[in-house]
Amino acid sequence: MSQTLSEPRAVSPLKRILIQGKYESLQMLSNGEQLILAVVMPMIALFVLTFTDLISDIADRTIDAAVPGVLALCVISTAFTGQGIGTGFDRRYGVLKMFSTTPLGKTGLIFGKVIAVLTVLLIQVVLISIAALLMGWEPNAWGILPGILFLLLGAAAFTSLGLLIAGTVRPEATLAITNLAWILLAGAGGVLYPLSMAPAWIQPTLNALPSAALGDAMRSALIDGHFNLAALIFLVLWAVVGSFACIKKFKWT
Amino acid sequence: MVSSVTPSLVINELAKDLGPVPALDNRMLRVLESVSLKAYPGQVTTLLGSNGAGKSTTLACAQGLLRPEGGTVELLGQDPYGDKPELRARVGVMLQDGGLPPSMRPIPLLRHVASLYRNPIDIDVIIKRLDLESFGSRTIRRLSGGQKQRVALAVALAGDPEVLFLDEPSAGLDPQSRQVVFDLIAELRDAGKAIILTTHLMDDAQKLSDYVYIIDKGCTVAQGTVSELIARAQEEQDARPVSFSARTGLALPQPPEGLHLTETSAGQYRLDGVSSPDHLQWLTSWWVREQILPTQLNLQARSLEDVFLEFAQKEEQA
Repeated sequence: MSQTLSEPRAVSPLKRILIQGKYESLQMLSNGEQLILAVVMPMIALFVLTFTDLISDIADRTIDAAVPGVLALCVISTAFTGQGIGTGFDRRYGVLKMFSTTPLGKTGLIFGKVIAVLTVLLIQVVLISIAALLMGWEPNAWGILPGILFLLLGAAAFTSLGLLIAGTVRPEATLAITNLAWILLAGAGGVLYPLSMAPAWIQPTLNALPSAALGDAMRSALIDGHFNLAALIFLVLWAVVGSFACIKKFKWT
Repeated sequence: MVSSVTPSLVINELAKDLGPVPALDNRMLRVLESVSLKAYPGQVTTLLGSNGAGKSTTLACAQGLLRPEGGTVELLGQDPYGDKPELRARVGVMLQDGGLPPSMRPIPLLRHVASLYRNPIDIDVIIKRLDLESFGSRTIRRLSGGQKQRVALAVALAGDPEVLFLDEPSAGLDPQSRQVVFDLIAELRDAGKAIILTTHLMDDAQKLSDYVYIIDKGCTVAQGTVSELIARAQEEQDARPVSFSARTGLALPQPPEGLHLTETSAGQYRLDGVSSPDHLQWLTSWWVREQILPTQLNLQARSLEDVFLEFAQKEEQA
């Protein structure tokens, strides 16, 4: 008996997380509404911004002005709204509780969700980039690495905020809040275009929004090849505060 | 009770508050007062009690899902709280609400959970045994309550656990699948697993358990093997109440030893502890003396459930 007890019974932590990551990714990708939010809406944003002159003044070519913001929008779709709604309903149906009785535990569950967000985000970025390149997008080569860094940092900040909402209110409320926030942030949160036309007194506040910080950082990187340090600080702050609040407030059941 | 074998689960004076409860001015509700129990390998240990008695909360504390306010839990010799993947790998849990993701189909879910273990059970055998294929093409959202129960049981068994927690395993099952599930539980017990289950049904407890703990208002109030408990209950059951209706405010005489006469509500009387014809004679001779003609008379044997509940309450008062 004592011999069998010392033998490991669960697969290794890394394998558990990868298995759960695959499962969570497939859950996200098999959900029609999530796909609309993750791929169709950003694609529509790309076309609308490129073929109108809404934001033509921030770069030499409209497509170059549009793509960075659309990539930022992809982050909000997946890490915040999609992931938040999924987790909220998992919590309602006791799925989080069920998985925490398996070797996965709470840590494995969270890492699984992070992998799913990153996987879906990768698919979104590849699809949007292909479409944009076909439409003549010419990103600033110096901005590609910073762009990737900011996408990851944005994903961290928005995942923690999505989880915070999913873990504290009813799933119906999570659905309403994260969808409404998506519309507001996409429309007026500094994601798709800079908030420079807003009144001067409110700009510092708006620029501190994670959405504006992410949108501005992506534009600085992919249009001008600049590294936006202010945006970096804001996003790190949001990620840290969001994660801390999540650890304190998240209710598993 | 085998005492030379190490128990798989030892719970000692468990206390747990839940809440805050809005109906109690947002105060915490003490759900568990003092629950103590042991569960051994190769035995089915049953927590029997009415709804709200604290059975599921006890299981949640034992599984490490809830941290108790007082008392101790030792699961396979360990404290169950926190992320303990190796401990979780040795323990299977079937939750009362299932906790199954509604958009999944049963078999892929089962395979997914099994893939988290090094030596899972033979999935195909369990699929066949619980007949999961008959509804395998449907998502869990579209399954009946009993079908969900069968999937939840299969998921709990996926890792071939040493300890198995089953919260109300027979809920929602049709008679046929109930038999399948009961046979499976007996087989797992015979294979040496420690099985801890809850039920509010006497019949289930009787069919499945080796050892029963009766839980009432968050306390373990009685324990024993099923036959011990039934023998004790039958003693109690032999003493049955006689109730009758007559005019209100009768002066009640002192009954013989062991009997208890009360006016339960206006014009409603009850004589408790009637266990021989002599007791009835005493009652009727009082009626003759006082010229009382009851308008209604009822002598009723109680179900075993009633007796259990009553004798649980008695132990609690003692």
